[in-house]
This record gives sequence, structure tokens and C-alpha cells, in this order.
Amino acid sequence: MIVQDPRPFMAVGAAFFAAILVAFSRKYPNVRETWSSLGAIGMFVLIYSMVGDVMNGTVFESTLFMLTDNIGLTLRTDPAGMIFACLSSLLWIPINFYSIGYMRNNHEAEQTGYFASFAVCLAATCGISLASNLLTFFVFYEILTIFSYPLVLHERNEEALSASRKYLAYTLVSGQLFLAGTVGVYCISGTMDFTAGGFITMDMAPVWVLQLLFILMIMAGSVKAAVMPLHGWLPAAMVAPTPVSALLHAVAVVKTGAFAVLRVIGFVFGPALLSQIGMADILAWIAAATIIISSFIALKQDNLKRRLAFSTIGQLSYIVLGASLLTPLAIKGAYLHLVAHALMKITLFMCAGCIIVRTHLHNISEMNGIGFRMPVTMSCFAIASFGIAGTPFIIGFISKWNLAMGAIQAGKPLFVAVWVASAMLAIAYLMPVVRMAFFRKPPTDDPRQYGSISYLMLIPICFTTLLAIVLGCDPELFPPDFYELATTAANKICAGWGGGW
Amino acid sequence: MSLATHAPVFIVLLPLTASLLCLLFSRVHRKLGSWIVQAALVGSFASAVSTLYAVLEKGSHTIHYWMGNWEPPIGIEFAVDPLNTSILCMITFLSLVISFYGKPFLKDEDWLHYGGYYTLYGLLTVGLCGMVVTGDVFNMYVYLEIMSLSGYGLIALGGKKSMLAAFRYLLVGTIAASFYLIGIGYIYSMTGSLNMADISVRIQPFVHTPLFAFSVACFLIAFGIKMALFPLHGWQPDAYTYAHPGAAGLISGCMSKVPAYAMIRYFFYVFGVNNPVMGGLLDVMGIMGVCGILIGSFMALAQFDFRRMLAYSSVAQLGYIAVGMAIGNMYGFIGAVLHLINHAFMKSCLFLVTGGISYRFGEVNLYRLGGLNKKMTVSTVAVCFAVLSMVGIPPTCGFFSKWYLMLGAYEGKQFIYIAVLVISSLLNAIYYFRIIEQMFIQREASLTEIHKPETMFGLPMEMVVPIGITGIGILALGIYSMNIVTYVLKLGLPEVFLR
Repeated sequence: MIVQDPRPFMAVGAAFFAAILVAFSRKYPNVRETWSSLGAIGMFVLIYSMVGDVMNGTVFESTLFMLTDNIGLTLRTDPAGMIFACLSSLLWIPINFYSIGYMRNNHEAEQTGYFASFAVCLAATCGISLASNLLTFFVFYEILTIFSYPLVLHERNEEALSASRKYLAYTLVSGQLFLAGTVGVYCISGTMDFTAGGFITMDMAPVWVLQLLFILMIMAGSVKAAVMPLHGWLPAAMVAPTPVSALLHAVAVVKTGAFAVLRVIGFVFGPALLSQIGMADILAWIAAATIIISSFIALKQDNLKRRLAFSTIGQLSYIVLGASLLTPLAIKGAYLHLVAHALMKITLFMCAGCIIVRTHLHNISEMNGIGFRMPVTMSCFAIASFGIAGTPFIIGFISKWNLAMGAIQAGKPLFVAVWVASAMLAIAYLMPVVRMAFFRKPPTDDPRQYGSISYLMLIPICFTTLLAIVLGCDPELFPPDFYELATTAANKICAGWGGGW
Repeated sequence: MSLATHAPVFIVLLPLTASLLCLLFSRVHRKLGSWIVQAALVGSFASAVSTLYAVLEKGSHTIHYWMGNWEPPIGIEFAVDPLNTSILCMITFLSLVISFYGKPFLKDEDWLHYGGYYTLYGLLTVGLCGMVVTGDVFNMYVYLEIMSLSGYGLIALGGKKSMLAAFRYLLVGTIAASFYLIGIGYIYSMTGSLNMADISVRIQPFVHTPLFAFSVACFLIAFGIKMALFPLHGWQPDAYTYAHPGAAGLISGCMSKVPAYAMIRYFFYVFGVNNPVMGGLLDVMGIMGVCGILIGSFMALAQFDFRRMLAYSSVAQLGYIAVGMAIGNMYGFIGAVLHLINHAFMKSCLFLVTGGISYRFGEVNLYRLGGLNKKMTVSTVAVCFAVLSMVGIPPTCGFFSKWYLMLGAYEGKQFIYIAVLVISSLLNAIYYFRIIEQMFIQREASLTEIHKPETMFGLPMEMVVPIGITGIGILALGIYSMNIVTYVLKLGLPEVFLR
């Protein structure tokens, strides 16, 4: 049942208005951050108010204006989009408070631009998740690219400059290719509306055209999801302040990349067509290679944020790999991993940010005994690390289980080995940090000046850790029920195809 | 007959009368002349809008206005259809908005310069509007000359170096006008008519003759020079760079668009593109457009002078219009016309901002604009909009023209144009984003103020408002692009696409 309802646009608008109000209250930091927090809460409330109805099968739809004569700037709340919208609006609240604490305690400059861009990024993410057609998707996708650029550039030094240029180069090129692909899709099919199971059929164009269009469109998602060899911008973008890294990694940018891959595979081309034109296998192998290679690179990194960055590259490819296996369980696992990885990685990055603010340490080799000084932070770090490795009772396990089952369902058990190997490697690159923190003596003569961290930074970390554990024990405990939404989305995508069992 | 039926002629007549009287009134009071010209521009804009409403009410029919009620082909007629009224609205709107912008530059001038500037400014508008509204081939030549001569004057007013630029443009522009005249001569010898609607019927038996090909080539060269289509753009960077900063917005925004419109009018409406000669010509235009896009972008990349970079960017952007025409189907045509309107706003906006920067800081080097975001916030926001539009980021207007061009290219199976458009967007991104970077990052750059800020926006109100309006216009044109395309441009499609 489709209901015309302005709430999807109100959710996006809440964040946009917050950004505008933030920009105009440059001189009053408290007012400015109040707007930002209100925007976050407003967006969450609006999204959350739709979850119950969406799970009962209602689809809210609204069109702001027409982009061309038959394509509108339309938002629609399908289950797949709702997963991502709920996730991003939910996580904006802790990361917003964390940002306030981080920026103040670290005495960063240009905070107004920072909070305004942050809010626009979240608005664009919400738009991306609920976009009902390719052109709307592209509009928000480009807005996200443009407004995450000042966040990467935040430090305003040479390193930030080159990182931001690299970021723009990667994302704008892939965005333009995506646009070219969109034009092609529109010309062969005459529509752009996302349809579960895809709207392109074999008879629309020769196979090579379909393959070319698929490559063009998947490229955009792959760049933002940092699938190797398109990952170059992500480690470079680590120069940004830590909350930005957390945002880039957990919620906004890389997740929209993964989400774009899921949209293109599930809602544009469809599993049935992809299994015929044979591009999904290639993507699956690239993703598998990315998982393994990035984990090995992560082992070598001494800078904590860079190590986490390479971990992200690997984890994101879980989602890409799950999507390209084309089975219901694998796609369900992919959607769940979108949520799981967001919760765990945001925790890890917020912990890294706390370490930076408190001790100004960036390198793992210097973090001897840091756990005695910051027990709460490092405990959360340890829990999230176990989650990344896929330990049961933490949210990462559920998604991984589904992904692995999906691989078996697809008749490709080799990929299970990839996930197992990746879990081992995750332990290998994250556990040393925990070991350094808790099982090494802190240096006795430490000339270092310690900064202070506030509860504004600690409470968000505890919140996300707690959420990761609770959802890991019982994913259906309270709405938004990510598990059911993911199941519905995956079944809709695979309905009428019957991949797997 | 009510006043509204005369609206098409008022678009041209009001500014013409006002500019001729301008100097006289300026003698009485220094600023009186400028007010009269501006009042006439208000009237002209109102007439253009009422004409647009009249045309849209009648559907896709053309309104013919006969001068002195002399019936064509003997008399001169103004022919207005959805295509040219939309362009008329754009020209009169921009002209009106930018007419305020020149005032701070003229603050210390005497009555002769003050009045003279506005006389030329009004005449430029007359020439621009006249070329668009007329339905007579020779009449268009007259307006072309009015536009060019007043344009030479406004460029020459810009300062020391502008004399040479203006003189160079004068020489090249005269060649262009001669080519146009030669073209008309051949057309007249074939058809015995100077009325466009008449020619479009009578020319059909001749479309395979060499004479026709020759005259069409003359038109291409003439308008190619005037719209600065590569490789005929040599005059343009200097002219735009050294033009009077008050009028540079209008000159860069509209003066190259009107010849492009004339090209569209002749090729698609009068001659029709469905014959082999025109087919070959469109291919040539496509090559010129592609080369213009690439070389213009690369040249823009190499510039230090903000205005010069914008001038080369114009060469590239006019290549878009040429490519749109060369694609030669409905979407390509819509893309070309939409880009014509959109680019006028974008380029005007950018030139207004550069004028503002040089007014306040006397600085045109784009590597020395550090910290501008704090000093001129409105201008910086406007530049950001214009830059995003140039790169083609939705929902700014530049995206939509590119979208239609890409659709047209895909439908016409001319994939090379899609590749060129993608590459061009990325080149645009490179040379425009470095400006944004400069504005937001460079701290140490020393901008020395030569004019103290008079308002909280850093510039006099007369300058801030036009910058703001064009900046908002970029966004509004994007958001309402569907309405423009569906309710205006699609009603005025040439017959070639209607079959």
C-alpha cells in the first residue's frame, strides 16, 4: 500500500534546516550545537515514526518536485531503504554528541563549517537511503560527495588538501560514470524507478551493453565502498578529524557506496539478470580479494586510524561480496552487515578519537598500558574488536553467519573460507592493540601532556557498544527491527528468481 | 488592439528610446539617464514576460507582429514563439539585474561617462533582444551591428588594455558581420525573400545546391565567430577579460548566447536539419564543439587571471551548445537551448563576482583569493553554486542541460559525446574547485582593500543583490528545469522533431 506522506522529505529537511541554522549561528557555539543536536533528534524521530508501518507493508512516498517530465525527486520508504535510513539517523545522535565533545576538547578551528557540512552529509545519506529512483539517488549521492569534501579538508593543511583532492577525484569521476550509466539505463528501459528484483530485462539491449552499464554503475558504489583497486582515497582521508572518519566509515560515505552496490544489484539489474550476464561472479572475486588483501595491509599499519581504515575496506567488501552472491541469505547478510559494521566501526573510531584527544597518540606501538588510563574506552574497543572478528553475542556474528550461509546457498563454499580467514586476520590486526593496552606496563617516565575527555565523548561510545551487544544477543528485541527489515528486503529482491535453495 | 498585443515590439522599442534619450537627460542630472534606461529595462522585461504568457496561451503557435502592419515578405516582422520568448525573458532579466551592478564603478565619473555607459548598455540590450525577436533576416543584421558596436564600446570602457581588445574584436566582429551579409545575399538570390518563415518554404528546392552549402557555411562562420566557437574564439578571452567590469556580466552572459540562438533559429527552423548539407554541417559543428570543450577546458586550466579563466571556460561551455545542436535530435536540441539559458546565468554570476572582487580588492589573480569566504560571504556562496553548476552537480541547473545532452547523445548513438561530456565535467571540476580551495583555505594571502566594505556583505548593495539573484537563479533554474522544458521548450520544438 502506497501512502503519500511528506515525512521522508521532512526527515531530510530536518537535517538540511539544521545545517542552515548552524551556518547562521557562527558566533554562538552552544546555539549552533543545539541546532545540530535538534536536527539529529528530529531526523531520528521522523524516520522512527515510519518504521512500524513500513514493517507492516505500508510504503510512504512523496515527491518534492519533478526533475524531468516523468522522473520526480521522490523518496519512498521500502524496507531496504529503511534499514539504512534508520541506521544513519540512529547513529547521527551519538556521533553528534561525540563530535561536540571532540571538537571542543581538541580545540579545532572552523567548527561552524564542520557541523553544517556534517548535517548536510546526514541529510544526503537519508536521501540516498530513501531515494525511489536512480536520478534522485544520483542527486543525493553528488550532494554527499560535495559536502563530505569540506570535512576531509577540515585541517586545512597540505596533507588535508591532497587527501581532499584525491577524494574528489575518485568520487567525482565515479559519479560521472554513474551518470553515464544512468542515462544508458534510462534509454534502454524508459524508467528509473527502483524495483525489487530489478527492472532491466535481457531483451532490452545486447549483453555487452548490459555488462558495460553494470560496470559503469557498480563503479560508483565500489569507489565509495573502497573496493580494491578503487580504495586509494580512504586511507588518505584519515587526516580528517576522528568523528569525520567515524562518519565516513560507519555511516555516510562508505556505507552509501555499499548501499549503492546493493541498490544496483538488487533493484536495477536484479539477481536473475546478473546471473545471466555473468558480471556478479567477477565482482564477487574482486570483493573476496579485497577482503584478504586489505586485512594483510591492515596488519602492517602502525597508525591506529589507518589500521582501522584498512579494516573498513575489508569489512565493506563483505557487503559487496554478499550482494554479488545473489542468494536471499547472502543479501540479507549484506544488509545486516551494513548495520553491524556501522555499529562496531563507529565504536572503534570513537575510541581512537578518545585516545587522540586524551594522549595525542596516533601509533599503536606507543600505546603501552593505555588501558589502565582509559579503562572504559579500551574495554569498548576490545568488545568492538571481537565483534569485527565475528564473535557470537556481538552483532557482527549474525551478519557473518547469514553471509556464510548465503555462500553455501549459492553453492560457492569457497567464500566461507574467505570469511573465516578474514575473521582470523581481524583478530590478528585488532587484538595486538587490546594486548598493548591492557597487558603491557605503561611507561613510567611519561613526559606527555594529557588532554581531557568529557562525558560527551564517553557516553556515545558506551551507547554504541551496548547496542552492538544487545542487538548481537537478540536482534529482534526492539524496533527498528533490522533483522526483519533485512529479511523482507532480501526476500523481495530474490522473489521470482529462487536463487539458492 | 490592446497594449498587450504590442508587447513584442516594446521589448526592443523601450530600451532603444531610453538609450537614445539617456545622454540628454544625463546632462540635466548625472544619474537621470541611467534611471530612464533602467525604467525602460523594467518595461522591456515586463513586455517579455507578457509575451511569454501570450505565446504559451496560444500553444505552439508563433505570434507574428508586423511592423507598421506591412505584410511580410514586404514588411518587417517580429516572430515570437516559446523558444525565443524564453530567451528574451532571460536577456531582459539579466540586463535589468546587471544594470544596477555597474553603478558603483561609475560613482566618480562625470555625466558624459555615466550617461554614455548607460546609452551603450541600453543599446546592447536592444541589439540582443532585437536579434532574438526578429523574424527578418536583414533586420537581424541591423541588430547584430547594434549589439556589436555597443559591445565594442563597453569593452573599450574597461581601462588601458581594453582598447586593444576592443579593436581586435571590432576587426574580427566586422569580418563576422560581412560573412553574415554574404550569406544573406546568397539566400536572397535563391529565394528572393528576407523573411524567415518565407525563406523556410522557398529554400527547399535549393537545399542540394552548392550555393546553399556556401551560404550555410557563411552563417556558420559568422555566428561561430560571434559566439566564440572554437577555433573562431581568438578575440574572446581578451574581450571578456578587459571589458568594463560593470557590463562584463551581460557581455559574457548574453552576447555569445544570442549568436548561438541565431544559429539554432537558422539551422533548425529556417533551413531544417533533415538534408545532407545540414547533416554535414552539424557534423562539423560537433567536431568544433568537442575540440572547443576540450581545448577551452585545458586553456582555462592554464590561466591565472580569474576573468581569463572564465573566458576560456565560456569557449568550452559554448562547445556544449554546439554539441547539443550537432546531436540533432529532440533531447540534444533541448539540452542546447537549456544550456544556453543556464550558462548565461552561471557565467554572469561568476563575472559579477570577479567584478566585485576587483572592485573591493583590485585583485584578479585566482591564486590570491584566500579568506574570501569570510570577507564576501554572499559572493562566495554564489560562486559555490555557479561552480557546482558548471561541474554539473544536481540540483543546480548545469546538471540538467548535461542530462538532456547525454540523453540525446545516447539516443542518437553518438557515444563519443557522452565521453566528452564526462571528461569535460571532470576538467571543469579541476579548474573550478581550485578556486573554491583558494577561497576557503589560503590564509596568508594578502587581500588589500581599495574600497572599504559599505555593507555587511562586503560590497555595495547594488552589487550584492545582482550576485545573489543570479546565484539563486542557478538553483531555481535547476529546480524548475522540468517546467521550463515541458511547458516552454517542448512547445517550441522545430518541425523537424515533430514528425
